[in-house]
Amino acid sequence: MVMMSGGVDSSVAAALLVRSGHDVVGVTMKLWGGPSDTGCCAVSDVDDARRVADRLGIDHHVFNFGDDFEREVVEPYVAAHANGRTPNPCIECNRHLKFDRLLRRADALGFATVATGHHARIVPTAAGLRLGRGADPAKDQSYVLHMLDESVLARLLLPLGPMTKAEVRRLAADLGLRTAHKPESQDVCFITNEQGRATFLGQRIPLRPGRVVDSAGVEVGSVPSVEMVTIGQRKRLGLAGGTDPRYVIDVDTESAVVTVGERAALEIDATPLESWKWTGAPVAGPVRVQCSAHGPVAEGVVEHDRVRWAAPHRRVAPGQSIVAYAEDPDGGPIVVGGGVVRGGPVD
Amino acid sequence: MDPEIYLDHAASTPVRAVARDAWLEAVATHHANPTGAHRAARAARRALDDARDVLAEALGRPPAEVVFTSGGSEADNLAIRGVLAARAGVAVCSAGEHHAVLEPVEHAGGVTVGLDDRGRVTPAALRGVLASVHNVSLVSLIAVNNETGAVNDLPALAEVVRAEAPGALIHTDAVQAVSWVDLAEATADIDLVSITGHKLGGPTGTGALFVRESVELDAQILGGGQERGRRAGTPDVAGAVACAAAIEATVGGRDAEVLRIAALRDRLLDGLRAALGDRVVPTLLGRGHDDEVAAGILHLCVVGVDAEALLFLLDAEGVRASAASSCSSGAQDPSHVLAAMGVDRRLARGSLRLSLGHTSTDADVDGALGIIPAAVERLAARGGG
Repeated sequence: MVMMSGGVDSSVAAALLVRSGHDVVGVTMKLWGGPSDTGCCAVSDVDDARRVADRLGIDHHVFNFGDDFEREVVEPYVAAHANGRTPNPCIECNRHLKFDRLLRRADALGFATVATGHHARIVPTAAGLRLGRGADPAKDQSYVLHMLDESVLARLLLPLGPMTKAEVRRLAADLGLRTAHKPESQDVCFITNEQGRATFLGQRIPLRPGRVVDSAGVEVGSVPSVEMVTIGQRKRLGLAGGTDPRYVIDVDTESAVVTVGERAALEIDATPLESWKWTGAPVAGPVRVQCSAHGPVAEGVVEHDRVRWAAPHRRVAPGQSIVAYAEDPDGGPIVVGGGVVRGGPVD
Repeated sequence: MDPEIYLDHAASTPVRAVARDAWLEAVATHHANPTGAHRAARAARRALDDARDVLAEALGRPPAEVVFTSGGSEADNLAIRGVLAARAGVAVCSAGEHHAVLEPVEHAGGVTVGLDDRGRVTPAALRGVLASVHNVSLVSLIAVNNETGAVNDLPALAEVVRAEAPGALIHTDAVQAVSWVDLAEATADIDLVSITGHKLGGPTGTGALFVRESVELDAQILGGGQERGRRAGTPDVAGAVACAAAIEATVGGRDAEVLRIAALRDRLLDGLRAALGDRVVPTLLGRGHDDEVAAGILHLCVVGVDAEALLFLLDAEGVRASAASSCSSGAQDPSHVLAAMGVDRRLARGSLRLSLGHTSTDADVDGALGIIPAAVERLAARGGG
């Protein structure tokens, strides 16, 4: 079973598996019934997936997991914002929909193996299967897939792992796939560019104005909705000019107070964690740590409830995922652990 | 392709040989535009009007009432939007309507009447709504529900409308009904009736709205004033001819066919229950010829399995069926009809519609009984999908 989103990556993944002789069925998940203009989950994408499947001579099915998506992704996303957190719904969709709900469906239908068009590699290491970075550094998706454990990796195929995006597009064009030049999907699929996050959240939770204070508690600005503010933000805070840039260093939705500080205050020695899971044996020493999908990598040591940075590190918003990598002697960078950032200071 | 057991006649039924032959002959013969003035045009016009006579006869209405459309959805939209454009007032429909009625009614700010647990609109429920809504101009009630096969008692419901909202027009979406119900009798007091060709063995893209001549209706497609100003556009002569051949065959053989199909449906349900026991929950219990449930639709819920997963397995083994109505992406949407009947949403996830039609045979039932129970058991053993 190949998950086909209707984009170029999963189209090529399906094509490669057909070419290598697998008995392939294409599946597109319908997750979101509301408006979308970000290039994800739209009927036109289902049509593209279906037409690519037709071209490849494989069956194509659409599964409606709208209820699961609402419960596992959308509602937690809204609740996280209400609590002043900055969630990553794509990670939750991977965790709960693509690599849980759909895998259970695949089990029920008798599919031993599932494939996707993600840019990441499955690396056999001495300690077992691990998730490795994709060959294309600009497109690597190991961060959003970091939660995949060995039981999933053992039945998963990621045929695009060794390829660059340019190679994928070239192959799609050579195969005459209609998705060869399709733009990338971007942003959160259930929030339209036209309406934006504020409109979406405002339809589901009350958005409350917040006071912006400095570290001494002096009111220096205001925001229209405290639920929309994230750590590190420095615009749309209603601040008077003429000072050095100031950044959000804390959001307290309960009291509707946003605290700002100068650049130095944005940097911290350790980031608190509310959860952490090592892929295999815990790594005691330094690891390479990434805090956003295509963000920079920094060195740090993961202690049970915090990441202690080798050099001062920019604050990470609570709710964001942190992923640790190590270098496998044969397989390059592999995921060794991941967790979620907690709010508040380290203890 | 594997041998196919086609149990999705309510979605679309195979084109009858008489309709196909009539279509082929008409496209070969009638090359002219039927609205023209020359002999070739008149010949085409004659074929179109002969088809009109056949449709009218099948529903026991005057030929002047027939407005050819591109199918059921266009007929429903023309009925609702056309009436509301011509006269002020509120539209009322049942909560179990096909989306081709529900959406135009909701779009116009209309009101819905709930269903009972047998999927029907009761006179009491309709009376309640009509008594509470002022200035009702149109009431639209489906004749046979496309998901469950529930048959509304249109004469009784029409009586309620005439008493409670004397100024209102009545429309029925009879798209699913022609094969199972005597519409001449059932729609005698109905002002507008929608039908479609492809549920009868005619081609997709054909259909008609019957409109009582006295009804004011604003055309929704403007142009050359065809169909007595009610629907512009060059008429599809061959489509109309084929649709007429299909409806003639359908109505002519209906009484015997209802008994034949009902017997197949009963055997299918009995077999499924014998094999699966309480796992099978029939949504409606029609037996033989039944005034409340159409013979061709067997709707049931399978406890503990997900319809999408079941349909996947059935498709792989050659059984073509559906859960309810499909949304535009091809995914299965939760059914608004089952929700309106009060069917539990979890049970409804196992919703399966097996629908029979003119090509259905004993062998189809045998084949289905050989495949469906095994697929359900397999799926249930693996977590239900």
